[in-house]
Amino acid sequence: MTLGHTLSPVTLIATESLTKTYGGRVTALSDLTVSVEPGIIGLVGANGAGKSTLIKILLGLLPPTSGKVQVLGLDPTVDPMGVRAKVGYMPENDCLPPDLSAAELVTHLGRISGLPKTTARERASEALRHVGLYEERYRQVGGYSTGMKQRVKLAQALVHDPDLLLLDEPTNGLDPAGRDAMLALVQRIGTEFGISVVVCSHLLGEVERICDHLIAIDGGKLLRSDNVSAMTTSTDVLVVEVSEGDQELEHRLLEMRLPVSRDGHALLVPLEDDLTYDRILTAVADLDLPLHRLDQRRHRVAELFADREAAHV
Amino acid sequence: MSSPAGVIHDIGYQRYEGERLGRGDVFLALYTQSLRSVFGLGRNFKAKIFPWLVVSVVAIVGIVIMAIRAQTGEVVISYSMLPQVLGTLMVLFVAIAAPELVSRDLHSGVLPLYFSRPLRPADYALAKLAALVSAIVMVWGGGQVLVFIGAAFSVKGFTNVMNELGDAGLGVIYTALYAIVYGSIAVLVASLLKRRAVAAAAVVGTFLITAPIVGVFYILPSETAHQLAQLFNPASLVGGVGDWLFEPTSSSEELGIGPFGPLYAAVTLGLIALCVTLLIARYRKVSQS
Repeated sequence: MTLGHTLSPVTLIATESLTKTYGGRVTALSDLTVSVEPGIIGLVGANGAGKSTLIKILLGLLPPTSGKVQVLGLDPTVDPMGVRAKVGYMPENDCLPPDLSAAELVTHLGRISGLPKTTARERASEALRHVGLYEERYRQVGGYSTGMKQRVKLAQALVHDPDLLLLDEPTNGLDPAGRDAMLALVQRIGTEFGISVVVCSHLLGEVERICDHLIAIDGGKLLRSDNVSAMTTSTDVLVVEVSEGDQELEHRLLEMRLPVSRDGHALLVPLEDDLTYDRILTAVADLDLPLHRLDQRRHRVAELFADREAAHV
Repeated sequence: MSSPAGVIHDIGYQRYEGERLGRGDVFLALYTQSLRSVFGLGRNFKAKIFPWLVVSVVAIVGIVIMAIRAQTGEVVISYSMLPQVLGTLMVLFVAIAAPELVSRDLHSGVLPLYFSRPLRPADYALAKLAALVSAIVMVWGGGQVLVFIGAAFSVKGFTNVMNELGDAGLGVIYTALYAIVYGSIAVLVASLLKRRAVAAAAVVGTFLITAPIVGVFYILPSETAHQLAQLFNPASLVGGVGDWLFEPTSSSEELGIGPFGPLYAAVTLGLIALCVTLLIARYRKVSQS
C-alpha cells in the first residue's frame, strides 16, 4: 500500500487522514495528515495531545482506526517488523532494569534487534560512548542519576544503527544543564550521525532550537506542520535571566532604549546586532546582578503556538 | 608528528552495514538469556542461591537412589516417580523462576524496549516459557540421568541396560510433560503480576487452592467422582496421566483414575493449550499499552 501522489521518494514519515479512537469514544488522533522529510523533527503538543499514540502507530504497535501511514517507505500496519528493524525508540517512562549494567542491557537489546553477539557488544560500547557513558557502563543502572538513565535509554535506541529515532520526551526529569546536554546530543545525532530524529516534547521552546521541522498537535488534531525556517523570521530575541533585580535591569535596559518585554522572570530583547549582547552585559555588570542566562531564542515559533499551548497547559 | 600516547581518537559514528539476524536467532538470544537468568547466571550471588539449592536437592535425591540401586539392586523410586516425589519442590521452583522471568520485566517497564524491536509478543512469551520448561527438564531430568547411571552399572547385560535406557527416556519425557504444565501455568500467572513476591505467592496459591477440590471429590459417594477427582489439580492431573501411561491397567484402576486415562491426557493437553493461548494474548495486549 502506498500513499497518494504527494509523496516524494525521500519522505521520512507520511500520514493521511490518520485517525485513532479508543473504544469508539476517546479520540486520540483525528484526521492527521502530515508529511516530513529526513532531519530533526519536533513533535510538540500538551500532554494527552496524541503524541504517544502517534508514536505507537508509527512503530506498528497500535493499528490506526482509519487513514494511512508510512514510515521510511514502509507501512507499519502491514510490515511492523520491517519498520521496527529500522527505527530506534526511546520511551518516556522508566524502562531500565535496575540490576543490570548499562553495557549488559544495551548489548542484550542489540541482540534482540538482530545483531550478532560480538557485534552487539561492540556496538553497545560504541553507543554508550556516543551518549557520554564510559567506565560507568559496567555499573548497575539502579545507581545511575536521571541524566545517566536518559542517556542509556538513548543508547539502546541507537545500538542497532536505526535510520530513524523516535524520542518521547527525552529531557524529562532533567535539570536545565542536563536538558541542554541532551538536546545537543540529539542535534548531533541528527546532523553528524545522519540519523533522522523525531523528538516529542510538551515544551516548544525546548525543541524549536534543534529542529528542522515542527509538527504541533493538539487534541489529536494537527495545528501546524512546517519547516522551522519557514516559521521563523530573521529577528531573533535574546533571553536574559537574572537571579535577582530583574526589575532594575528592565528599567536600565529601557533607559538604554532597548525594547524590553517580559516573559515571566525572563526579559526578552530583540537581537539587532552583535552589540546588543555587549549592551546587555554592560547593563548587568553595572548593576552588579547575578546573570543566570543569556541566550538566543527564535522569535516567532513560540508566539505561533503560545496562545494555544497556554490554553491547554 | 605523532600524537601523545593514550589519546583516544573519536572516530565518529559508524553506520552498521553488516548482517542482521532473523526471527529464529533473536528468539534463541532471548531464550538463552532467559534460561541463564533462571539459574542466576550473569546475575548477583543472591539470584543464584535458590535455583542452585534446588539443583543440589534433586542431585542428592538422585545420588541416594543411585546408591541404593547400586548397593541393593532395589528400585526405591522409579524414573516416572521422581518428578512426582519432588513435585512440591517443582512448584516452589516455578514459583521463584517464573516471576524472575516475566514479572521482573513488567516491573522495570523494559517491555516497550522489546516490543519496539522486531520481536513478536508471542515470541517473547514463548521464549520465556521455553526457558522455564528447559530449566525444569534440565534439573529433574538430570536427576533421572543420575539414577540411570547408577542402574546402568548395576544391571547385567546389554539388553537390560537398553531396557533401562528406554525407561529413563520415558521418564525424562514424563518430566517434560510436568515441566510444560507447571511452566505454562506459572508463567501465565506471573505475567499478570508486576511484583515478584506477589507473583511467587500467586503461583504457589494456584497450585495449593486447587488441592482441596480434589479432596472434596474424594468425599463424594461416587466412584466416578473419585476417579475424576485428580483432574482438578495440576499436580494430580499430570500424576493421573502418569498412572495411565506407566502403570499396568489393573493397578491404574486401583490408583483411582479408572478408565479415564485418555480423558486425563486430553484435559492436560487442553490445559496447556489454554495457558499458552492466554499467555500470548496477554503479551499482545501488553505490547499495545
